[in-house]
Formats: sequence, structure tokens, C-alpha cells
Amino acid sequence: MASIFDILGPVMVGPSSSHTAGAARIGMIARQLFGRQPEKAAVYLHGSFAATGKGHGTDKALIAGLLGMRPDDMRIPDSFQIAQEEGMEFTISPKDIREAHPNTAQIIMEAEGVNTMTIQAYSIGGGRIRVCKVDGIDVDFSGESNTLIIRNVDEPGRITDVTGALSKARINIATMQVFREKRGGSAIMVVETDQVVPKETMDELQSKEGIIRVKFLHAN
Amino acid sequence: MSYRSMEEAQERCEKEGIEFWKAVQMEDGDERGVSEEDSWKEMKHMWHAMLDSLDSYDPELMSGSRMVGREGGLMDAYRERQDTLCGDFMAKVMGNALKMGCNNACMKRIVAAPTAGACGVVPAVLVTYYREYDVPEEKMVEALYVAAGIGQIIANRAYLAGASGGCQAEIGSGSGMAASAICHVKGGSTAQIGHACAMALKNLMGLVCDPVGGLVEVPCVKRNVGGAFNAIAAADMSLAGIESQIPVDQVIDAMKEVGDKMDVSLRETGAGGVAGSPRAAEVVARMNMKS
Repeated sequence: MASIFDILGPVMVGPSSSHTAGAARIGMIARQLFGRQPEKAAVYLHGSFAATGKGHGTDKALIAGLLGMRPDDMRIPDSFQIAQEEGMEFTISPKDIREAHPNTAQIIMEAEGVNTMTIQAYSIGGGRIRVCKVDGIDVDFSGESNTLIIRNVDEPGRITDVTGALSKARINIATMQVFREKRGGSAIMVVETDQVVPKETMDELQSKEGIIRVKFLHAN
Repeated sequence: MSYRSMEEAQERCEKEGIEFWKAVQMEDGDERGVSEEDSWKEMKHMWHAMLDSLDSYDPELMSGSRMVGREGGLMDAYRERQDTLCGDFMAKVMGNALKMGCNNACMKRIVAAPTAGACGVVPAVLVTYYREYDVPEEKMVEALYVAAGIGQIIANRAYLAGASGGCQAEIGSGSGMAASAICHVKGGSTAQIGHACAMALKNLMGLVCDPVGGLVEVPCVKRNVGGAFNAIAAADMSLAGIESQIPVDQVIDAMKEVGDKMDVSLRETGAGGVAGSPRAAEVVARMNMKS
């Protein structure tokens, strides 16, 4: 359900809420999931993003998002220049992604000392987006709520670890989704919470065996 | 739960003796769990963003395709010669609608209302009125609640995206929102706010979304003028005591039915309408050559 500020708003850099504001948001969420500014980013555009992206500044907006700019940042038109100044290398190419939403972007992010990360997300209009793949595993979240994203080994007890730690910190779970690559392989939990997850809880989860990586996105 | 109909909203207004804008604000507070003060602050931020965007217009700037950008400046210059057909106020409305449309096409900051392509309609009507007459700013923030509340009902019953329902859903909805908002500023009742919206929507029903090259430029920028003029006409009719014979909720439902029947070539695909004209094909070929 759209709030009145989805109707009147967002405040954004034009020309298109789906192709510009949504694209900036995809870049921004990807950066937050990666945890830092990538040193190298390979951006792939699918469908309408590939066909009309240039005229809508989709390319500039995605790079702006990766640089940490929000959809209303006036520097979006100059993002290529700014990426160069900040030493972020990037490529942008069209790519046909099977069965993807028409406004889909795939971003591969690299930086020294951290694992490479691949994000796939699509823009649904009004500046809103859904992230649909993290490192090839299907997920589904918007980043509009507080969101805890956990990479773990697909084995018994890991969900209890997470719900237990959240319960201890008096954090209410709004929604919870679990996804896995294959049985016993790599899995992802996406937990939307009513409260902000504090650093102690993050550290506690990160220290547990079988939990590979913990990321928290503040509602934005 | 936001209002699913104007009828439902109007009932609440009558029962609780409140104005429509207040009913919208209270619902926003309930839905998002925010205080009335915080909600008001956020809406005031939207208002200021509209004022700032209009002031940021640069008549020298052109869009990447070079199809649009100068229209706001040309209209200002024409108005200053005091020889317009429509009079000074309406010429200012026209200029402001063009400026916002151009700002959007030129990657400047705007407020989607309800979409980026239709971002000029609401500020063209409200900001022009605010700067022309001595109205307290609070009244304009209230008017934005009215616009947002109307847009929300349209979103709940139909849609606001050109890809879903054609331009009637974007410029049409923007026009309905602006008509209701300015009707409130002029002291219209909740019933009159509804009639203003209904008449504005009916006048633009069936409008197709046919952007040349898929870009939010042609005919989008100038359609903001159409939406703004239509909003003022609908609000004035309503304030004159003219009523829509079809209730606004049923007009919105009809708009959805029309949108559902609209061919996909006329829903933001850049294929039909003026986007399918020979000149549009030339423009697209020229753009492809450049890139």
C-alpha cells in the first residue's frame, strides 16, 4: 500500500522515478549490502533499462548510487566524473537476463580484501525497488524497512540463532524469509525488523559458527 | 488503511467535523506510526522542494536529446510582453508547468506528483497561486495533503503509472490532485474537492502515454500545461457550484476501465501516438547515432 509520500514524492533528480530514482536506489542499496564503496563495479542493464536507460540517465543514477548518493542528489548527472575522481572503476553494458523484470540491473562489486558480491534488483516505479538476487541466490526485499541480511550455512539451528539473538535484544520481526542455493550449501535469511538491530547483536551473530556474513540496512 | 474511496473519506469528515486534508493527515499518522507534527514537517519539506525546484530552472539548459529545456524561458519572455491570450496569471501557471517539466527532463531535482513526468501540474497551480496572492504557507501544506489524499484514492482504485493506464493516470491524476488542492485553498468543501477532481479526471480521460523515444520529454513537458489549465478550470467550475454528475469514485473506476482497454503501444512503450510518428523515428535515429 502506497503512503501519501509515495504519491507526493519522492523528491528526486529527474527524469523518471523508475529509470532514474529507482536506479539510484538500486546502486545505493547494492553499496550498503556490499558494506563499502566498490573499487570496481560491473553494471548490467536488462530490458527497458538497457533500451531507454541512457536517455533517462539510468547509467549515471546507478553509478551515483554506488558512490553513496541518494535519489535526490544534485550530483547524479556528474556521477561518471565523480567516480573517476574517487577511483571507482566501472563498466556498464546491456545484458539479456532470462525472465527478469523489464527494469532490472545486475551489479558485480569488487574491492581489495573483501569477497566479490553480485546483486540483482529491479525498479517497480515511484522510486521503489526490489532486490531479487544476492550472489545468485533468490531473495525479495525493498530496503524500505530495517532489514537484516544473513549469509549462513544451510544447516539446523541457524534460524534459531538469529531469532534468539533478536528476541534477546527485544527486537520484533516484521517479516522473515529464508532462501538457499542447495541443501547443505549457502543460504540467506532476510529479516525485516521493527527496531534497529544494535551493533552488539550484529557482533553476536557474526561470531556464531555457520553464520558467514551479517549485514544490516537501516530503513530508508 | 488509507481511504479506498472519496465517499469513505467524506463520511469521516462529516462524522468528525474535520476537513479533508486533516482526515488524510490523521490516516497517514495511523498508517506509518508517525506523529502529526512529523507528518506535517515532511509535507512542508515537499512544499519547499517544489518552491526550490521552480527557482532552480535554468533557461539555457537543454535535455540530453536537445528536444526540450528552453520552453519555460520562452514563456516568461512572452508573458513579460503583456500580450498573452490567457492573461498574466494563467501565463505564469503555464510557465511554471513548463519549467518543472524541463527541470525533470534536464536531470534537476523535482518532486514526483504523482510521477516525475507529471511533476509540473501540482506546483504550477499551487506555487503560482501562492506567489500571486497573499496566502499563508500553512494553507499550501494543507493543500498538498489534499492532493496526496486524492492521489492515494486514485492509486487504491486505479493506478498512477503511464505504463499501467496511459497518461490519464499520470497527467490526468496530477490534474485531479491539483484541482482538488486549489479548490481547498479557495475554501471549497469536501464535496467540492471531490467534484473538482471528478471533472478534471473526466476531461483527460483516455489520454495516452506516448513518449518520443521513451523519454520523459515529448509530449510530457507540455502536457503538464494541459494538466494545470484543466485543474484550474475544474476547480473554478466546482467553486461556481457546478457538480460532476458522476461521483468521483465512479469516475476513477471508469478511468481504470479505460486504461485496461488501452493498447500496450499507448502505454509508455514509445511505440504509438506521437511516439509512432515519422518525426519521432527521425529523432530516435539521430539519438542512436550519437550514442
